[in-house]
Amino acid sequence: MAAPEPLLRVRDLTVTFPTPRGPVRAVDSLSFDVPHGRTLGIVGESGSGKSVTSLAVMGLHTGAEVSGSVTLDGRELVGLPDRELNRLRGRRMAMIFQDPLSSLHPYYTVGEQIAEHHRVHFGSRRAAARARAVEALAEVGIPEPKRRVGEYPHQFSGGMRQRVMIAMALVCEPELLIADEPTTALDVTVQAQILDLLARLQEERRLSVVMITHDLGVVARVAHEVLVMYGGRAAERAPVDTLFTEPAHPYTRGLLDSLPRLDDPDDVPLRAIPGSPPSLLEPAPGCAFAPRCPRAAAGTDAERERCASERPGLGGPEGHAAACHFPSFPALSAAPSPYEGVDS
Amino acid sequence: MTTAHAALPHPAPAPDHASTPPLLRVSDLTMTFPGRRRSAPVRAVDGVSFEVAEGETLGLVGESGCGKSTTGRMIVRLLEPTSGSVTYAGRDVTRLSQRALKPLRREMQMVFQDPHSSLNPRQSVARIIADPLLVQGSSAADARTRARELMELVGLIPEHIDRYPHEFSGGQAQRIGIARALATGPRLVVADEPVSALDVSVQAQIVNLMERLQRELGLAYLFIAHDLSVVKRVCDRVAVMYLGRIVEVGVKERVYAAPAHPYTRALLSAVPLPDPAAERARERITLLGDPPSPAAPPPGCTFHPRCPKAREICRTEAPLLRIAAAGEAREVACHFPETG
Repeated sequence: MAAPEPLLRVRDLTVTFPTPRGPVRAVDSLSFDVPHGRTLGIVGESGSGKSVTSLAVMGLHTGAEVSGSVTLDGRELVGLPDRELNRLRGRRMAMIFQDPLSSLHPYYTVGEQIAEHHRVHFGSRRAAARARAVEALAEVGIPEPKRRVGEYPHQFSGGMRQRVMIAMALVCEPELLIADEPTTALDVTVQAQILDLLARLQEERRLSVVMITHDLGVVARVAHEVLVMYGGRAAERAPVDTLFTEPAHPYTRGLLDSLPRLDDPDDVPLRAIPGSPPSLLEPAPGCAFAPRCPRAAAGTDAERERCASERPGLGGPEGHAAACHFPSFPALSAAPSPYEGVDS
Repeated sequence: MTTAHAALPHPAPAPDHASTPPLLRVSDLTMTFPGRRRSAPVRAVDGVSFEVAEGETLGLVGESGCGKSTTGRMIVRLLEPTSGSVTYAGRDVTRLSQRALKPLRREMQMVFQDPHSSLNPRQSVARIIADPLLVQGSSAADARTRARELMELVGLIPEHIDRYPHEFSGGQAQRIGIARALATGPRLVVADEPVSALDVSVQAQIVNLMERLQRELGLAYLFIAHDLSVVKRVCDRVAVMYLGRIVEVGVKERVYAAPAHPYTRALLSAVPLPDPAAERARERITLLGDPPSPAAPPPGCTFHPRCPKAREICRTEAPLLRIAAAGEAREVACHFPETG
């Protein structure tokens, strides 16, 4: 995909937090692109660095040291003063979070909060901004928007609150929307509504979306490309169909194999990944997944040593990359799942 | 007491449903929480009935606020039901005094959602697992020996017995919670969202552990969860709750393959599949609106405001739970159930 300039380009992003027990590198040399009108799904477990990545892109990483480069439409964001960032945040890029109640102010009506964004960025008059807020609520499918614009966040249900958040994020028509676990706190029938809504808005506005989630089902449904993170680093990057049908990294393979699935015909025991996600306080010198990796375990002494001591770089064929010393790209090998015959 | 495996099990008896009463029978269980200030009382659970056989897993699924956790808590008497009864192995435990209940507590235990917040951070693992045994009258030395055996049984390292909960990962902490529940040798474990707080890669470990323990110890589970994929994996039968009531209950194969209640259909269709091609090809039923508040349930069938099939009778008359089709081990509470 030799492509036009992507809307968002991230290169070697590294985020380090000072802690009493020494610096913690929450995100380590991460690179990815989000083209116009596309959705990148970032998948990972707790501590994988997926949420820190999104905060760093928005410049919301308080107390952390950020290096590398983040460009939005060609403009460098890392190191930009807050005053400049404030002009971009909400206007050209916006973010929605897992828990809308903690991102909405309880003392102001939802209309005031949405209208404020519009006034700040466009200098619009009060009445015009309010009218825009009513339109924004209508666009995200809130019934009776004229009445509800004057209500407070607690008067909305969880799903409706997430719609309000989306209305607020999109009222200034940004090009980039970062959604950090936007449906995790919602019931599955309401999650389906919100995902439908995001898909419709993306199509209508040619939005670029970064969808951060732990749920591979959500990724399969919304993403065009997927970035799998593990221990603060990229483990694998691929177009969505490739990732699910031909995962090259043993971690991605393990995640997919360990999922109970509604469409599984039979009930063979799940193939669990042994162990737990790594601690960022004591990063392994080699591949972060090596201690849990069946491919490393099945290797020769020399191979095991390599996985334990040498960081794998991200590489692979066109459009598909895995950070593994022994990836299973279909073109390169027809290796069976490394989980074959592994029991927990 | 030689090994953990010899010490613990109640070997699963051959299921003989005709003659023996089910291990657990819940009849018309209702829980009404008084309203705060001037708000109306909330009927969180409204006339729920089901059975769990020895060695069986019943999945109890539904969305937040449907009453599934309240039901689980009433069964182990962490909550006192407003009305209805819970019968364990033929004995009505609903109205037993706490003292009379004590011997039965050995047999019914609970596993909670958040492993870290359900373990006392100031107690060592030894204390956490041994406490139920001490309460039931074991000596301290015996209890400690058993605690070590239990740790081994659930896949923990017995040498870690004097560590504290914060020294364990989420998955390991849930293993401690399971070991504690198994300490007294229960026959029934009520597991309330036992894997939903865990990382995806760890969930499968706990699911496999619970399945292995069931096989080895002949346990019966009431498995309460919102994740339909996990429930499909672990349960034999499944009950779907909506707004305090069971809307469909039956053998898993039928409920998942051919859901009879429109809510079950919508719920299954809303779960995103980890398969992009299947997701694109799928026909999805998207429900409108949110689940209503249990403080103000709609009249008639409580699902009717969101139901794509609702007709006049649905607005006025609550459907009863009844056999979906002749000869089928499945019940549904709908005036117009899907057939076939």
